[in-house]
Amino acid sequence: MAEQMKKYETPLLDELEKGPWPSFVKEIKAAAEWNPMANDLLGLLERSYREKIGHWKHGGIVGVMGYGGGVIGRYTDLPEEFPNVSHFHTMRVNQPAGWFYTAEALRTLADIWDRHGSGLTNFHGSTGDIIFLGTRTEELEPTFAELTQAGFDLGGSGSDIRTPSCCCGMARCEWACYDTMKLTYFLTQHYQDEIHRPAFPYKFKIKCSGCPNDCVASVARADFSIIGTWRDEIQIDQEMVREYAKNGVDIVKEVVALCPGKCIEWDGNELKIDNSSCRHCMHCINVMPKALAPGKDRGAVILLGSKAPIVEGAILSSVIVPFVKLDDEESFNDIVELIDAILEPWIEEGKNRERIGEFVQRVGLGNFLEAVGLDPQPEMIRHPRTNPYVFYENYLEEE
Amino acid sequence: MAEKVTVEEVAEAMYKMVKDTMGMKKWKATDLQKAAIELFGEDRCDKNICKEAIKELVNSGRLVYTYFGGSFLEIPHKEGAQND
Repeated sequence: MAEQMKKYETPLLDELEKGPWPSFVKEIKAAAEWNPMANDLLGLLERSYREKIGHWKHGGIVGVMGYGGGVIGRYTDLPEEFPNVSHFHTMRVNQPAGWFYTAEALRTLADIWDRHGSGLTNFHGSTGDIIFLGTRTEELEPTFAELTQAGFDLGGSGSDIRTPSCCCGMARCEWACYDTMKLTYFLTQHYQDEIHRPAFPYKFKIKCSGCPNDCVASVARADFSIIGTWRDEIQIDQEMVREYAKNGVDIVKEVVALCPGKCIEWDGNELKIDNSSCRHCMHCINVMPKALAPGKDRGAVILLGSKAPIVEGAILSSVIVPFVKLDDEESFNDIVELIDAILEPWIEEGKNRERIGEFVQRVGLGNFLEAVGLDPQPEMIRHPRTNPYVFYENYLEEE
Repeated sequence: MAEKVTVEEVAEAMYKMVKDTMGMKKWKATDLQKAAIELFGEDRCDKNICKEAIKELVNSGRLVYTYFGGSFLEIPHKEGAQND
């Protein structure tokens, strides 16, 4: 009951409500009007801000029966002072591919969480999942039961395949070079066991982007990145290019000069692109979306090994398959085959908490490719036109 | 050809490994799998049997997944961080 709840003074948190942007403090305060858990969270957070100390303890055992992922345990170290956040576990719920919901689905999720947790959610967490913030251990199973009844499932956490995520792809974006949502759904269904039962050295993230704009940042944050691309020529509508120029776009300054491949020419009437030097950065297409578009021969490039930890040690992905068509279930099965081949040596030989990118660095790309069964190719690079890996046999060196 | 070991036999062996080393060693799923294959031999035990055995142990509640800087399989117990 709101009138029985303790009222916390929150001068430091109040600062975070100022300014024109949305504030998580405002939302916690709204939930605190009726939810004791959210109310105590305000008090605990204010105290943490004042003392500059986090008051959360990590819980490593809580979960739902049969699953090893989807629940992240949290307890406060001040349970007497803030009894309503004594337990404050997070639940990760597998999001729909592309993050599309009906209003009814959103209402269902919100109602479930109002009944069983703090009412606070995060749509969406950095993992891509729907995040339910704060509940007690005894509420985990009832929440899970209601979620599954509504057609939802928990996502991944711990040393497993994390919930695959993707951009909105062909549902809303004309630049999508393959159906990211379909592939993500396919992979999610295929790897149910690996998502729910952690059996790896560490986490393994799969992210699908429809084009090189990489809206889900897979090149920086996924162990296995599938990024849409094309291998023919950028489509040009010269009339629309002239229209952009007429309407004030300085094509030389804003497009030609900023092209990393230096492969665009503009003579004031016609735009020419040397596609053999194009790095598929999407810049020109982003500036003139009505005039330019990715080519028609579309597919994806597969990259491996990025990670973005909070403190240090970030790695960007490297190309492992330069181009693959992704237009039918057979091609999706090829992706599964590749993922399985990549996982096998890592599961066998990887150290605890060693991401696949670190594993590849430790064993060497040559050895890794041999274990996976991929032939080295000059396109297996970190950056276009730079830093190529060179492979040659010892006998060549001797000669 | 040697007769394959049953999922139940592997599950029992895995449970015993975890129980006997409780407090001294944390088992990852892969460690348990390797240990079971070594115990029964490659001709009698394989990854799929191990996977099923772990599933059996977790679904029955005899083992639970835990996360302490990595995911492990342990016998259910009250953890230090837990508040009542």
